[in-house]
Parts: sequence; structure tokens; C-alpha cells
Amino acid sequence: MNVLSDLKYTKTDEWVKVTGDVATVGISDYAQNQLSDIVFVEITVAPGEKVKKNSTCATVESVKAAADVNLPVSGEVTEVNEALPAAPETVNSDPYGQAWLVKLTLSDPAELEGLMTAAEYEAYLKERDH
Amino acid sequence: MFIPHSASEREEMLKVIGAASLDELFNDVPAAYRFPKLNLPPALTEMEALAELEEISTANETCRDLISFLGAGAYHHYTPAVVDAVLRRGEFLTAYTPYQPEVSQGTLQAIFEYQSLIASLTGMEVSNASHYDGATAVAEAVVMAYYNFRGKRSRVVVSPVVNPAYRQTARTYTQGYDNLVYTGDEPDADLDAGPDGLISLVDDQTALVIVQYPDFFGRIYDYTSLVEQAHARGALVAVAVNPTALGLLKTPGEMGADIVVGEGQPLGLPLMYGGPYLGISATRKDLVRKIAGRIVGESVDSHGQRAYVLTLSTREQHIRREKATSNICTNVALMALASTVYMSLLGKRGMRQVAELCYHKAHYAAGKIAAIPGFSLCGNTPFFHEFIVCCPVTARELNEHLLDHGIIGGYELAKDYPALQNNLLVAVTEMISRQDIDDFCDVLQEVSHD
Repeated sequence: MNVLSDLKYTKTDEWVKVTGDVATVGISDYAQNQLSDIVFVEITVAPGEKVKKNSTCATVESVKAAADVNLPVSGEVTEVNEALPAAPETVNSDPYGQAWLVKLTLSDPAELEGLMTAAEYEAYLKERDH
Repeated sequence: MFIPHSASEREEMLKVIGAASLDELFNDVPAAYRFPKLNLPPALTEMEALAELEEISTANETCRDLISFLGAGAYHHYTPAVVDAVLRRGEFLTAYTPYQPEVSQGTLQAIFEYQSLIASLTGMEVSNASHYDGATAVAEAVVMAYYNFRGKRSRVVVSPVVNPAYRQTARTYTQGYDNLVYTGDEPDADLDAGPDGLISLVDDQTALVIVQYPDFFGRIYDYTSLVEQAHARGALVAVAVNPTALGLLKTPGEMGADIVVGEGQPLGLPLMYGGPYLGISATRKDLVRKIAGRIVGESVDSHGQRAYVLTLSTREQHIRREKATSNICTNVALMALASTVYMSLLGKRGMRQVAELCYHKAHYAAGKIAAIPGFSLCGNTPFFHEFIVCCPVTARELNEHLLDHGIIGGYELAKDYPALQNNLLVAVTEMISRQDIDDFCDVLQEVSHD
């Protein structure tokens, strides 16, 4: 399973990438693989909206399951991936790239400390697969 | 009679729970609340029972015995014999609709054809497999709009001349929804303001605007401009239709409507005491994930042959159960089938012909009624096959006179609009002959002389 080293991860398999004060959020390669073929993505937040850590920002539905995507951090939404609902399969093919879901400015950068590093997430995945 | 347990099974169960008898089991229920002794007459033979029931049923008066000008949401149309012939085939006439594609290609194809016909009739891109009735479909449109905006828009603007039963059902259905407010149909609302009267109520908190086409009073409005202005404020628009009228009139799809709902009863379903009827629900492709119920799609099987499957059912069942926005899982497959046979048999030309017959007969009747002293038509908005007559007496009194002459009059609007005591809503379908209309007018003449 692909785990990128420059991202932070949650126990519910979201990733967050911080560039300056902008955080980009998506779901991990492990998550897309578990869900299998993604057929529907609905982003439920809009630019300008103030959002809290752990609140839902999107729903991802595959042929066998549906999952809420929770925000790893709090902040104000600056952008959502408008192209994704029309091409949900991108979540399978490029979960860390084109299939980003939401961008937001962080309101509390300290929240990042509570997230897993790539190494920690990899260990967590291994543990879960047993 | 179906008795699920045999005496020995009951005994076994009592033994397991440690009760000596059924009476002992129910001991904790106060005697007054237990099943009472029924004071029934001696049992009848089947022959006697049938005779008694037939005797009781002679008290019924139906559209077979009387001439009916009653509409207000359910209409007396001719149903070709082939509708019932197909409906009663054992393959379709089951207590439960089987959806498994492995065993139900016929049922699924029938639903697919229904959806295609409804989409074409309403001018919309997609139709679901149907709802229970027009009122449920309207309520589901509210739910759909509410969740489309994820509860962030909490206003529903509803025309005061949407069928009162639909408005009541929608309110009942959504009473648990946070902050949802209905506006537009307050008791003092202007019933003649048309679509323009609603525009000022639509704001950036409005999720949905609901109008009816033709409206409850039978009037035809073009909602194109209302839809444009509602869209400019970000709201969706639902149009509740009479499908018969769509054989003749501009479709709500052409007006830009987001959701089309309606009562499908006029499409080959008898009046049958108010149900089961048929809820029509159609929408645009980009809202398809929000529509309640199911959608059947055409696909190919592993041999490359055409096959039908449930393309969309996940919102209520299976994988998205806890995320469902509607609890409607079922459709009225048999009623949808009846309407499918009806529409297929009539075709585009036949649908237009029925609509034209209704339109012309209604206009002939309206013209004759308006010429009777004391009677007039309320308003001069174009109408389809239903119109309001202003009477010199209360609508109730007039209906009593009509019934004495073997005629079921129209709908007494005072039941829903207390100020309209002397207003009778009159419906004319293809079942009404010129003679029927003339007889109706003769009674009105009599009343006019009194």
C-alpha cells in the first residue's frame, strides 16, 4: 500500500498535506483500496465555510460501501475539488494527487501534532491487517 | 384464515416460558383491556355471506351509476381493457415486487419502460420507479431539496393552489426536520396571484418552490419565469403535474423545472376509493443521486445480452442505509405497470387526443354554465379540464340538487378554502358526453330560477 512520506494521516484513513498555511485533504491509498471501485463522490462543504476537525466534508461511495470523509484539521474551506464528482474513479487511480477533496486554511496548526506520520500510519495499517 | 401456530406449537412455547395456559400468559394485562367476547351472529354459509355483502354494496354509488364532474386530484378516465388484461397476468400480479435481476427481467423491463415514458411525458432526464401517490411524491420532493442543500436552506415556498392534500402530507412527512418552514400558502394568501405572487417569497434561504400544473383550480400557468427567478436565488423548483394535461401542454422540463412530481392515477388507474395510486417523480440528471426510491437501468449481461438491473437503490438500502435521506424503498410496480400499458397503448397521439377531448369538453361545459343566469366562471386564466364555477347558492346546496338528479357535482372548495362557500370546482373528462353536460346545465337552470 502506498503511503507518502510528506503527508499526515488519521485513524480513519484521511490524509492531509500542509503547504504554507493551506491544508489539502483526501483519502489514503489504503482507504480507496478497501472501498474498491468508487462510483460516487459528494463534497458536502463549500468555500468560505468554517469547519471543525472530525466533521464530515465528503461522502465517498463504492460498489460495496459508503464512507464519510472526516476533516483531520479545523479551518476555513478555500477550495473544493469540483472536478471530482464527475470523475469519482480518480479516487482509485490517484488518491494523493488529482483526487484531493478539500483545501482549507488552518485555524489551529497545533492540531497537526495529533495526526500520524507516514511511518506511524504504516505501522497502524500493518497492525490492522493482522 | 391464516393461523401461524398450531395448538401443539403454542403449548410448546408456553412450556418454554413457563406459563400453564394462554390466559395465564396474559394475566398481567388488566381484564378490561383483553380481547372482549364478541357478540357475533351465527356463522353464514359462503352463499349467504355473498348475498349479504352484495346487498350492502348496493348502497354504493359510483361513476358507473352516476355522472361525475368530481376531480380535484383524481379523475374518471376511460381505461382500455388491455390494461387490466396485462395487469392480471400472474407474472406481474404478485404481492411483492421481485427486483433480483436473475429472476425478474420482465418486471424490471416494465419499470424501465415506465421510467422512459414518464421522462418523456414530463420532459425530464430521469424518473424513478414510482412512489405511492402524488402526495408522497410531493413530500419526497421537499426531502430531496432539503438534503440537496444539506439542511442549510430551510424555507419551502408552496403555492396556495397546490392540492391541499399534497401540502398537508408534505408537512406531516417533514415535521421532524430542523427549522423547515413552509410559506406561501397561509390562509390569507392571494389565490389568484399566480406564479408572480410567489417570486417575492423566494430568498437565499429557500430550498424549494412548489407549484402545480395545472393548479388545484385547473388553471394553466407558464412557470418558466418563476423557475428562472428561483434559480437566480439558488432555489430548486418542483412542479406537481396532472399527467393527462402533459399530452397537450408545454412540459415542466421545457420550463426548466428541477423536479416533476404528480399523481399518476389518470394514466389508466380506476378511482378505487382513493388508492393505491401512483406517485410520479422525475428530475434532472445532476440531481439523480438525490431522488428517493429506485431506478431501473438497462445494461448488458456477461453474454453481452440486454439486461435490466436496479441501477440506483443504494440510498435506502444495502450499503448506504445509515446515510439514507428517504425511507422509501418500494414503488407501486403494479400501478406503474398499468400506467405503462395505458401510455404505450395510447401513444403520443392518443395521449394528446385524450387531453384534447378533456380540454374541449371542459370548455364547452364552462361556456354553457357561464351563460346561465346567476352562474359564472371565476377568473379568466386559461384552464385545462377543470374550472371553478361561482354559484348563486353554496356549492354544497348545488351538489345536493345535482345528486338528486343522478349527478355527482364538483368539489366543494370551502372544504379547504373557507371563504369559497359558493365555489364549485368542476372537472370534465372524456367520460362526460355532451348530453351529460346539458343535463348538468339543466339542473343549474332550475337552481337559477329558484
